[in-house]
Amino acid sequence: MTRFLDRSLILHLAVIAALFAAQYLLPSYHHTNIARIMVLAVFAMGYNIAFGYTGLLSLGHALFFAAGLYATGLGVEQWGLPTGIALIGGLAAGGAVAVATGLLALRTGGVSFMIVTLMFAQAGYLTILYFGAVTRGDEGFVISTAARSLGGLVLSDSTTRYFMALALFAVAMLAKLALVRSPTGRVLVALRENEERSRMLGFDPFRYKLLALGISGLYAGAAGAAYAVLFGYVGATFASIQYSILPLLYVLLGGAGTVLGPFLGALVMFYLIDISSGYTTAHLAVVGLALLILVLFAPKGILGALRERGLKWLP
Amino acid sequence: MTTGLLRPSRRTLLSGLAAGASALALPRFVQAQSSAPIKLGFQLHRTGIGAAYGRWYERTAQAALKKLNDEGGINGRPVEILFEDDGTDPRRGAEVVEKLTSQAGCDVIFGPLFSHVVIGSAPRAGELKVPYLVCSEGFHVASGMLNRWSLQPGISDVRAQASSMAPWIANTLGKKVTMVFPDYAFGHDHRDYFTPAIEAAGGEVIKHIAIPPTETSFTRYLPQIPRDTEVLYHVMVGPAVLTFVKELGEFYGSGARPEIFGFIDSLEAVDIASPGLEFLEGTHFWEGMCRTKQEGESEAETAYRAAVGVDDNGASVSDARDVSTYAHMFSCWETLFVIKEGMEAAGYQGPDDRQKFVEAIEAMTAFSAGATHPQGDKVFNGKTHQVFTPQFVSKVEGGKLLRVHTTTLEDGMYEDAVDYTTMSF
Repeated sequence: MTRFLDRSLILHLAVIAALFAAQYLLPSYHHTNIARIMVLAVFAMGYNIAFGYTGLLSLGHALFFAAGLYATGLGVEQWGLPTGIALIGGLAAGGAVAVATGLLALRTGGVSFMIVTLMFAQAGYLTILYFGAVTRGDEGFVISTAARSLGGLVLSDSTTRYFMALALFAVAMLAKLALVRSPTGRVLVALRENEERSRMLGFDPFRYKLLALGISGLYAGAAGAAYAVLFGYVGATFASIQYSILPLLYVLLGGAGTVLGPFLGALVMFYLIDISSGYTTAHLAVVGLALLILVLFAPKGILGALRERGLKWLP
Repeated sequence: MTTGLLRPSRRTLLSGLAAGASALALPRFVQAQSSAPIKLGFQLHRTGIGAAYGRWYERTAQAALKKLNDEGGINGRPVEILFEDDGTDPRRGAEVVEKLTSQAGCDVIFGPLFSHVVIGSAPRAGELKVPYLVCSEGFHVASGMLNRWSLQPGISDVRAQASSMAPWIANTLGKKVTMVFPDYAFGHDHRDYFTPAIEAAGGEVIKHIAIPPTETSFTRYLPQIPRDTEVLYHVMVGPAVLTFVKELGEFYGSGARPEIFGFIDSLEAVDIASPGLEFLEGTHFWEGMCRTKQEGESEAETAYRAAVGVDDNGASVSDARDVSTYAHMFSCWETLFVIKEGMEAAGYQGPDDRQKFVEAIEAMTAFSAGATHPQGDKVFNGKTHQVFTPQFVSKVEGGKLLRVHTTTLEDGMYEDAVDYTTMSF
């Protein structure tokens, strides 16, 4: 058992090391792409905690991402907060909004949970539009380069941005690995597999689901906060339904209930769009076809399929 | 065996021969580089909410490119345009700017329309220090929100458009205006810039009716229009406009109605003679360029219309149902020729001259109407990076948009909100 655990830890550390080395090897274009993918992967990792491990199929995670994005963006750009404080604010906002949503949405389950979370996210999106005087609504706003610095580090600088994204990604991934290997993580999986049996064993499903959703919201908030200061734009598009669907697609593609799946999914999805658009104007049809093939032949995603076919130790 | 200057080793000899060969080849390389194509990146709304605009923006840019190359390119170099779809999404927009600049090696990026895509992409353009020429009509450039690398030399902004309509509306249609607009940034811009402008023209907005973007029916908002409204000003966009017009027609029936003025943005790529739009007969629209061929159309505009493939009604010459986005797409044509003028003024050779290129555009003050600027004479403000253009008011008569008024450039001018030339690169 220990040997297996060590193997998985080594794999995840190797991924971090490879991403560290990539900073020095990648051409400029891919360098920025990978930084962006790491931030989006943190969002998807959070989604995976709720969906992949706990079985909560949410259609409202854009709300938590946007909470982090706007808390940090408005914090540094309009309220003059130091970037560090604004980042923590963004993280907290994502978690707090997720818990608040969960307190109401978790009274439901299954399809109802999907609809209720979707409604909350839509309400959040419309709220951003409604307070357009502050949020600049659908257009959004730019965060000035001057406001994008942290402890003397210029976050708009490519190298700094990459390392900040990597640091966030590494902490998020290792924390997630620790969570899923902890007793709490096992309870979450138990809830996903059989909620009634978990209740019989003495675990309170509501409390654990709320915890999972709250942690998931923290991840989404952290990703939103990081996106704001690393890429310098805040806009309502990130609160739209599209950004609730994206992490679901990343997770399904990479493998639900796997620690590395969300990163792999975000990576594959990004380059699927990017490369296919170089060959055809119908690149979205290529993406659709790829997803269909995946659903037909690897319904558990790339890593899920690998786990089924040999790599049983993948967490 | 000893080696030295007089008795070089085999390796030294080979190295020397290679260096000599390189030196001999250098003039040919320089020649090749200076005649290599200039690559322009076009950030295209091929998919997503802006797809109708994107389709015509691409056609217009292609037509302008053909003319440009037929006439010798830029600085004697051929020009190519690389189109990349941004999905009308601000995140992908920033990625596309990155891709066109870092991977494809484009000298300049241009072409986006939707404001959220522009605002989402401009920070990355600024970081990459690549000129970013937008065709967006948003006030975001002139407001100072963006950066020194972002310019809008091809189309006026919404602030100029809305304010320049006010004097004509007050003097011609009526002084008591009710505004119906979508409750998000585009609508808010109209509310915020038209309201003071109509007051300055001696009129007033007696009611603002903001419609939430999720509405698909408007019947409950129409009774909010005050009875003493003389002019109904509407800027609804998207598919909902068809329902809006139909329900407005049912609301007023065949009885008296106020004068109706709208922005053609609502009906770009839509046939004005479509079933359900009959109520628009006799109403007025702002147009950035008149889609219906007007009497006395300039030779330059006729040539532009033919080059892009637009018929006298504003639709594609190959498909009468494929109506163009005529009021906006001229900006792609004109922006391309501003790029040419800027590059030639800057003696542009390659990416190292990007800063000189921006400075050359900042130094421009006016564009004269003609083949490269078929929309009309323009004034360019180098400090705010924004162009000011004539605006047109057209009246729907017999299912066609007939021009009844042309604004002066001064009608749309306002105090500078920024001086980009004082900002660092």
